[in-house]
Amino acid sequence: MTSQVSSPIDEEHDPAVAGTREVPGTAGGQRAPGKETRRLERVIIRFAGDSGDGMQLTGDRFTSETASFGNDLSTLPNFPAEIRAPAGTLPGVSSFQLHFADHDILTPGDAPDVLVAMNPAALKANIADLPRGAEVIVNTDEFTKRALQKVGYPASPLEDGSLDGYSVHQVPLTTLTLEALKGSGLARRDAERAKNMFALGLLSWMYHRPTESTEAFLRTKFARKPEIAEANITAYRAGWNFGETTEDFAVSYEVAPAAAAFPPGTYRNISGNLALAYGLVSASVRSGLPLFLGSYPITPASDILHELSRHKRFGVRTFQAEDEIAAIGAALGAAFGGSLAVTTTSGPGVALKSETIGLAVSLELPLLVVDIQRGGPSTGLPTKTEQADLLQAMHGRNGEAPVPVVAPATPADCFDAALEAARIATVYRTPVILLSDGYLANGSEPWRIPEVSELPDLRVRFASGPNHTKADGTQEFWPYLRDPETLARPWAVPGTPGLEHRIGGIEKQDGTGNISYDPANHDLMVRTRQAKVDGIAVPDVVVDDPDGPDGPDGTRTLVLGWGSTYGPITAAVRRLRRAGGKVAQAHLRHLNPFPANLGRVLSGYERVVVPEMNLGQLAQMLRAKYLVDVVSYNQVTGLPFKAEQLARAIAELGGVSDLDAAGELDALGEQGRSKGQERTDV
Amino acid sequence: MSETTTNGTGPAAGGLGVMPLSSARSLELVPKADGPQSAKDFKSDQEVRWCPGCGDYAILAAVQSFMPELGLARENVVFVSGIGCSSRFPYYMNTYGMHSIHGRAPAIATGLAASRRDLSVWVVTGDGDALSIGGNHLIHALRRNVNLKILLFNNRIYGLTKGQYSPTSEIGKITKSTPMGSLDAPFNPLSLALGAEASFVARTIDSDRKHLQSVLRAAAEHEGTALVEIYQNCNIFNDGAFDTLKDKVSAQEAVIRLEHGAPIRFGAPAEDGLGAKGVVRDRATGDLRVIDVTVEGTDEVLVHDARAASPTTAFALTRLADADTLHHTPIGVLRDVSRPVYDTQMADQLDQAVQQQGAGDLGALLAGNDTWTVAG
Ligand code: SF4
Repeated sequence: MTSQVSSPIDEEHDPAVAGTREVPGTAGGQRAPGKETRRLERVIIRFAGDSGDGMQLTGDRFTSETASFGNDLSTLPNFPAEIRAPAGTLPGVSSFQLHFADHDILTPGDAPDVLVAMNPAALKANIADLPRGAEVIVNTDEFTKRALQKVGYPASPLEDGSLDGYSVHQVPLTTLTLEALKGSGLARRDAERAKNMFALGLLSWMYHRPTESTEAFLRTKFARKPEIAEANITAYRAGWNFGETTEDFAVSYEVAPAAAAFPPGTYRNISGNLALAYGLVSASVRSGLPLFLGSYPITPASDILHELSRHKRFGVRTFQAEDEIAAIGAALGAAFGGSLAVTTTSGPGVALKSETIGLAVSLELPLLVVDIQRGGPSTGLPTKTEQADLLQAMHGRNGEAPVPVVAPATPADCFDAALEAARIATVYRTPVILLSDGYLANGSEPWRIPEVSELPDLRVRFASGPNHTKADGTQEFWPYLRDPETLARPWAVPGTPGLEHRIGGIEKQDGTGNISYDPANHDLMVRTRQAKVDGIAVPDVVVDDPDGPDGPDGTRTLVLGWGSTYGPITAAVRRLRRAGGKVAQAHLRHLNPFPANLGRVLSGYERVVVPEMNLGQLAQMLRAKYLVDVVSYNQVTGLPFKAEQLARAIAELGGVSDLDAAGELDALGEQGRSKGQERTDV
Repeated sequence: MSETTTNGTGPAAGGLGVMPLSSARSLELVPKADGPQSAKDFKSDQEVRWCPGCGDYAILAAVQSFMPELGLARENVVFVSGIGCSSRFPYYMNTYGMHSIHGRAPAIATGLAASRRDLSVWVVTGDGDALSIGGNHLIHALRRNVNLKILLFNNRIYGLTKGQYSPTSEIGKITKSTPMGSLDAPFNPLSLALGAEASFVARTIDSDRKHLQSVLRAAAEHEGTALVEIYQNCNIFNDGAFDTLKDKVSAQEAVIRLEHGAPIRFGAPAEDGLGAKGVVRDRATGDLRVIDVTVEGTDEVLVHDARAASPTTAFALTRLADADTLHHTPIGVLRDVSRPVYDTQMADQLDQAVQQQGAGDLGALLAGNDTWTVAG
């Protein structure tokens, strides 16, 4: 009995995009005859266990296998802030959700079809998210009296009938792993640790995943401890064989590659933080400026520091500073010296860096401030996602200190956003804040690898000689004489003869840059700095509106988002359109300045709904600037929106009344499953 | 406007001129001036705006007349400062300069020095800037041993904010913010620096140009971070703070002039022409103390060794001075040892990475190892 029913039609395929894919062979041995194989369009799997159970690694491996198989995918790691919360407790549960499909998808999925629960805590923490009928694979070895009591199960849920609505597979994962590793000579403790690979092997069998890459991965990862590598591979194969032989698993599933979802090209799977780091290295290469990163470890941004520190052969200098302030200070110093300077952090770090960002505004030097947003205020939820630093990015400084703000929409988009931020910073000589978040940072998706020659040309011009002639005919250098077009001041790096100059945080005279307390000059400089940022050339916002806003039957509702809500919003809009609703969608990458056409776009619709993972920060900016009565839809749970919930909210708040029938929207929700009519989800 | 464009094929071909070889001695990487220089070359066109009589004038003049001695290309010299009276210093130097924000100069200068080894980077800071709001950056710059020369103007008061006590003010000091006397125990900046693993620690006095310049010379030649504390008179809010050390008569007893390799003697001259007082090590405690030198006792007098591997004797020397009376204040270079320099090692790692793995190939990086192809 299973809930995973495939549907004959897939309304998601975009006919404009077509391609055929070379599928790598599915290894792992011959499949026994007599077991049924079913085709699915998409699956959502959640691996859950103790923080020490290696669930993130398991999820990463399954993702890698799935990516190399060619499915479209989206992932959502979810882990506690504590490195090792007490074992077996609810706060110690770590999970990894993966949504993969034979078509183009946008989110990690609302509700899992399959839950792998390595212990009672993992079951208890996650079961509420599963629709009835979902499959649950539990490690029965961990369902001891003590473990059950620890999480407040009065009786074992495996025996008291509370899981009757689910398809439960009771597997003694630990025992089976130990048996498989009997001859390995490993201590029991070490052998037990391979149980996550047993589970991975089982799931890889269930979903026909290619297995070579995981075996190769394990050999590399444990290159120095070959016995551990072999043990993990043995457990992995044992899990695969267990699926093949046990009667409990009668059915396995195929999810065909998402050939149509991908334009031709070479692909890899990439997380947001990795894409961002690659974007920075690319910006360095394309600008011809050496990359300098000043950073202080902070969740969820540290991975960028780790990644960039591995690329010294690109001339990348990484500096782990004594604190957040020194991290941006060092970056600003490097910017003065002509580096492509970056500091990476999260919200609390931005708060500490504020004064230096203000200095960079005043010095008018290029500087990238990368904020991987997390739940706030204060320490908040370090490992969870949120979008509540937008107003901090916009206004969190003393004085009038405008800073351009750029936000990526998906994990892979972090690459392009980093290049765009570098473009703005170097062309306009200004600090730029790049607002990613925990969801983008750790989530991953397939990415079409660009050719280096496709990347933007970011070459910069350094001042090399005087730019002003005095009354007596002698030439001199004025550090604040601006480019009439961009209003950028010259970037004159130390070592350039004849351009010796001093800059500082004190107000300076227009042109000469000398200290000036003159009232009219200050007014001019404040307005000029603002005009420079306001005048940054950013592309128009694109509206996706199949019906158009005009005419009596035109679209009345626009959904506008920014940053990582792109996936869930797009998924929700697709659901609404399938139900006959007319909804327009637009997404902002540039939050400061806004695209020039935004005001016109907003005024073209009767209702504008703005979903955000904060209490309405973009909405507040839009209302203030455009006097448009936008409607906010907010969630601050530390988790991304779910598509179904968002679809309902948009329908309600946006007054999307032209849905086929009230019931039709329901059919798009999770209830669709119980009717056995799986609708393609996004 | 004349400009040069960077080359968008990678930073190695960037617009920063020829990147210097790593591992070379720091000062050798800084281009030399074409011809002889004079103090005038280092004076900017900006009007100096310290209070008349401020000790900062003497320090500025001493630095401007010292710089030609180094013979460095002016465009490769950078002064970075924080906030405070002393931090206006860069505006008056005709070099590159940055007047930054309160306390952060060492951090900013660290990024500059670590990314541009062809520059001679100087930090100008004060007792409030370096030891209060910027204390963290100071100690970390010192332990890292970045190639920076830090000039700490210590006037034992907040001048720019008009006279509050500072982290070097003596206990009980009456100021605007401590009408009944300050309760804070002061820092001894040199003790602090030595505790922070500083490889070069020195002290000098604003009014003694010759001594000041000799210390600057030693600092400039030092590989790594050099901390130079300069006692500076704030004639408006803390006038005469160092008079004991400046008055010819009292200075004899108060000032201990340190010279590497010379016995530590001071005070009115004894029969042998050296000072009648000497610093000796107490056999029982290992601590240092001052004695009257007798003819037989001269052997016991400690010979100053700025290169000693252990900082303990240098630390003990910093503790000889009485924070209130300033008696037994050592000046000169207390410590000057060689240890790995941060920016040199950083450059070495970059070179090493290229040697071991070849120069970065962006296309290969982006592609990674785990890819699949969708045919058109
Ligand atoms: S307040 Fe003191 S330190 Fe500041 S400029 Fe005046 S005399 Fe010098």
